[in-house]
Amino acid sequence: MSEPKIQIQDVSYAYGDQQVLRNITLDIPARAITVLFGPAGGGKTTLLRLMNRLNDLVEDGRMTGRILLDGEDIYAPGFDVPGLRRRVGMVFALPLPLPGTIRENVTYGPKLAGLRDRARLDEIVERSLRQAALWDEVKDRLDSPANALSGGQQQRLCIARSLALEPEVLLLDEPTSGLDPISTAKVEESLLILREQYTVVIVPHSVQQASRIADYAAFFLMGELVEHQPGKRIFTTPVDKRTEDYVTGRFG
Amino acid sequence: MRRAFDEDLQELQNQMLELGSMVGEALARSVDALKRQDMQASREVIRNDMKINEKRFAIEADCLRLIATQQPMARDLRSIAAVLEIITDLERCADYAAGIAKITLMIGKEPFIKPLIDIPRMLEKDLSMLDRALKAFVDRDVDAARRIAAEDDDVDALYDQINNELLAFMLQDPRTVRQATRLLWVAHNLERFADRVTNICERVVFTVTGEMREMNIQEPEEEPQ
Repeated sequence: MSEPKIQIQDVSYAYGDQQVLRNITLDIPARAITVLFGPAGGGKTTLLRLMNRLNDLVEDGRMTGRILLDGEDIYAPGFDVPGLRRRVGMVFALPLPLPGTIRENVTYGPKLAGLRDRARLDEIVERSLRQAALWDEVKDRLDSPANALSGGQQQRLCIARSLALEPEVLLLDEPTSGLDPISTAKVEESLLILREQYTVVIVPHSVQQASRIADYAAFFLMGELVEHQPGKRIFTTPVDKRTEDYVTGRFG
Repeated sequence: MRRAFDEDLQELQNQMLELGSMVGEALARSVDALKRQDMQASREVIRNDMKINEKRFAIEADCLRLIATQQPMARDLRSIAAVLEIITDLERCADYAAGIAKITLMIGKEPFIKPLIDIPRMLEKDLSMLDRALKAFVDRDVDAARRIAAEDDDVDALYDQINNELLAFMLQDPRTVRQATRLLWVAHNLERFADRVTNICERVVFTVTGEMREMNIQEPEEEPQ
């Protein structure tokens, strides 16, 4: 395997007295989907947020260990945090389109970054919406309000909005938790397109979803990384009894 | 947790065992009918094969229903996948029993060219292997499965012995060729039956370990002399 895109090295994290991650070491390969799954409260979302430094302002939050992006420590003093967030995009569970049109949602980031060239912006809109598997559904109404889209479309729009900044890594926290099966299938379809080009890290909303999309899967239980395996293996032949019990629905 | 599902899995296994005993009985009856040259009983074995086929389809439908409704993973998924494979093997085993019954009808009441000795031995071996292979599945006993699969060599040895013996008859007296060939088919059916039991043993190993491996790799055929 080539050099991992992200290396998580002996990371522990606590909110005050409450330890939520314990000595996590995990390599995340480039151009693949890595799934972080397990019962609630296992530390998956916290780990996702740490990869984007979203917990920097959490009071009482204490992290030890290192997280490297392309070999560089993202918590090193002087590290360019806005730059990090351009390289590492994040999509949350609830789709939150910005007020405004579909087009404005996608161009918001690039415009903020100073891009004004109309042709270039149009190009970004089409590319991002295509990658998010939304283009065909909205290409004739790019200037209508984003709020009029269905929940599933709104979530794909949020993915497109992240992609507009041409990130290298996309983090997704239960991106289909509020969606119906068809919208879920479309979001998953877009993820399978994205993995050809991006490093995708996702907290799925069910074990079944994890099994459908995972190139690699890491099982978290109470702050501990129990097992990390190729997706093909972990859902058919897990090694650890706790993983087995969880994926077969015997606890969790 | 998931008690209803666990009960469904248990029931699936019970149905599979029931199919297994129907198949064992079919084989025993087919050879018994051959020994006694009982046409009526042979026809009964052939008719009964329909029931075995139906049973197999019913179990297959149960497997698919469980996969669709329970979305099984890991050991549950492997168990159900194994049952799907095993019932296919069992159904084929039943075809061998029906095959033997058809051969008996062909031989008819014509006196045997020799007493049947090794064919009943193959039957005993087949039945014992089948029984223990299904038990190994229930017990998830990998070691037992491996041992049973190795016994396929004994069945092959019996088959070779019958083969040689019948060939000798045919060479000595060409008038025996027709019946000897038919008895050879019977032995061949019994030999294939044991191969199918070996497949069941492979599924036991798969269910427990997730490993998919052929257990009895056939040596390449010797050069014709």
